[in-house]
Amino acid sequence: MSAVGAFLSRGGRHGAMFAARLAPGPRRALGLLAVWFVIAFAGPLLAPHAPGEIVDRDVFAGVSLHHWLGTDYLGRDLGSRLLWGVRYTVLICTLSTLLSCCCGIVLGIAATATSVWVERVLGRLMDGLLSIPSLLFALLVIAAAGESIPALILTMGVIYMPGSYRTSRALALRIARADYVTAALARGEGRAFVILREILPNMTGPLLSDIGLRFVYAVLLLSNLSFLGLGVQPPLVDLGSLVRENVLGLAYGAPAVVVPTLVLALLTVGINLALDGRRP
Amino acid sequence: MTRSLGPLILGRLAASAFSLAFVVVTIFAITAALPGDVADTLLGQSATPEAAASLRHAMALDQPAWLRFWHWAGDMLHADPGRSLLTGRPVAELVGPRLYNSLLLAGATAAVSVPLSLALGLACTMARGTVFDRAATVLMLGTVSVPVFLIATVAVFVFAVQFHLAPALADINAVHSPLQFVRVFLMPVATLSGATTAQMSRMIRACMIDVFSAPWIEMAVLKGVPPVRIVLFHALPNAIGPVVNAIALSLSSLLGGVVVVETVFSYPGMAGLMVDSVAARDVPVVQCCALIFCMVYLALTTLADVVAVASAPRGRDR
Repeated sequence: MSAVGAFLSRGGRHGAMFAARLAPGPRRALGLLAVWFVIAFAGPLLAPHAPGEIVDRDVFAGVSLHHWLGTDYLGRDLGSRLLWGVRYTVLICTLSTLLSCCCGIVLGIAATATSVWVERVLGRLMDGLLSIPSLLFALLVIAAAGESIPALILTMGVIYMPGSYRTSRALALRIARADYVTAALARGEGRAFVILREILPNMTGPLLSDIGLRFVYAVLLLSNLSFLGLGVQPPLVDLGSLVRENVLGLAYGAPAVVVPTLVLALLTVGINLALDGRRP
Repeated sequence: MTRSLGPLILGRLAASAFSLAFVVVTIFAITAALPGDVADTLLGQSATPEAAASLRHAMALDQPAWLRFWHWAGDMLHADPGRSLLTGRPVAELVGPRLYNSLLLAGATAAVSVPLSLALGLACTMARGTVFDRAATVLMLGTVSVPVFLIATVAVFVFAVQFHLAPALADINAVHSPLQFVRVFLMPVATLSGATTAQMSRMIRACMIDVFSAPWIEMAVLKGVPPVRIVLFHALPNAIGPVVNAIALSLSSLLGGVVVVETVFSYPGMAGLMVDSVAARDVPVVQCCALIFCMVYLALTTLADVVAVASAPRGRDR
C-alpha cells in the first residue's frame, strides 16, 4: 500500500486523484463530514425563527405544520434552535480537532526527525497528559477559567493532542524506515523535502481516520460537558445543551428532547460507522 | 535475554510515579495559574481592590506559586485537602462519604460489566464473521459512539417513564433491603454497564482475534481441539496481558461515565460533588476530587501494566 501510495504521490495531482486514492473508510467519513459542514453553515440561514424567539405559548409542543419539530421548554421553535445547535457543535469540535491534530502531527513528525532527547521529553509529557482522564481535565480547566468558547476549544485541543501525537509518530516512524525515504535521502534531498513530499503524503489515509475519530471524541466530550451545564452557555446553544434544557420533556416524550438526541447520535455513530470500514 | 521480573515491574512503578507527579503538578498549575482569581470569584461584584487584596493575603494567594504548591502538596500528603470555599467545611468531610458511594457504584458496575464483556467478547471471537458477530460489533460501536447521557436518558424514558420499573432518581438513603438496593441501583448501574461493556467487549474481541491469527491456534484447530477448549485454554491464557489492559482501560473510561450518570440520577457520589463544585468554582474540592480520580485511574492502568508484564513471557525480552 505504502509503495503504491508513494508512486502515486510522485505523480502528485491533487483533487480527484486524492479522493480516489483514499481508503473507503476515510472517504465515506469525509463525505459525511462535508454534509454536516453544509448543515452547520447553511442551516441557521434557513432557520425560520431566531434561536431565542419565543413563538408559541405551548411548551413541549409536538410536531406541527408551524413548528416542524415542535417547541422547547420555553415555547421556542426547536427546528431553528437545532440548526444553531448543530452549527456550534460542529464548529467548536472542528476547530479543536484541527488544533489538536495540527499540533500532534507536527510534534509527532518532529519527534521522529530530530534528536532522541526531543522524543523522550515529548513522550514523557504526552504520557503524563494521557494519564488525566479527558472529562476530568476539562472540568479542571473550566473550574479555573470558565466556560468561554475559546477556552473550550483550547482545552479540547490540548486533551486530544497526545493521541494524535502518538498516532502520527508511529506512522512517521514506520514510513521513515521505508526504502523510498532512504532513496530520497541518498539523492541528497533536504529534511523538509523528505518530510513534506515523502513522509506526509503517505501518512494521509491513516491520519484522516485518526482525525475523524478525534472529531467524534470531541463531539462526545463537548456534549457531555454541555449536558452537565459546563459547556456552551445560554444564549448560545449546542446539541448537548439542547438535551439538557429540554430533559424535563422526557416525561411527555416531547420531540424537544428526542430530536436533538437523535441528531447527536446520527452525527457520532454515522462518522464512526463510516470510518469503521468493515462494511462494503 | 530473559530478565527477571523485579526490575521490569519496578520500572513500570517508577513510570507511574512520574505520571503521578506530573498529574499533581498539572492539577495545581491549571487551578492556580490560570486567570480568574479565587478572591475575585468569592467577592463577586462587591470586590473593591482593598477587599480583594486582604482576602488574597488571608488565603495566602499573594505568595509565589511554587511556595503555594509546596504547602498544597504537603497538605495533600497529610490527607488534609483544606476547606471548601463555599461552605467552609473541611474538604475531607465532604468527599469521604461521597467517595464511598462512588466506589459502591463503580464496584457494582465492574461486577456486572467485566464478566458480561468477557463472555460477549469471547462469544464474538468464536462466532466471528457470523451474523451474530456483525450485529454485536455494530451495536457495540453504536453504543461506544453515543454520549453516556444519551444512554441514561433512554434508560430513564424506558424504565422509569414507560414501565415504572425503577425510580428515575437514585435515593440511596432508601436502601434497607437487597430488593431496594437492586431497585435503586438498577438504572445507574445498567447505564454505566451498557457503556462500559460495549467498549470492553470490543477491545477484548480485538485482542482475542489478534491471538487467533497465531499459527499455534491453527495447529490446535487441525489437531481437532473443540472450539470452546481452544478459546478458554489455548487463546485466553496467551491474551491475558492485552485483555487485562483492555479491562483496565475501559474501567478507567468509566470515570467519565460516572460523572454524567451521577448527575443524571442525582446519585450522591464524588463525581456529582465535583461537577457542582466546578459550577460553583470551589477550587479546593475540585482539586481533591480530581486528584482522587487521577490516582484511581493511574492505579488501574499500573496494575494492568504489571499484570501484563508478569503474564507475558515474551514481553520480558524488551
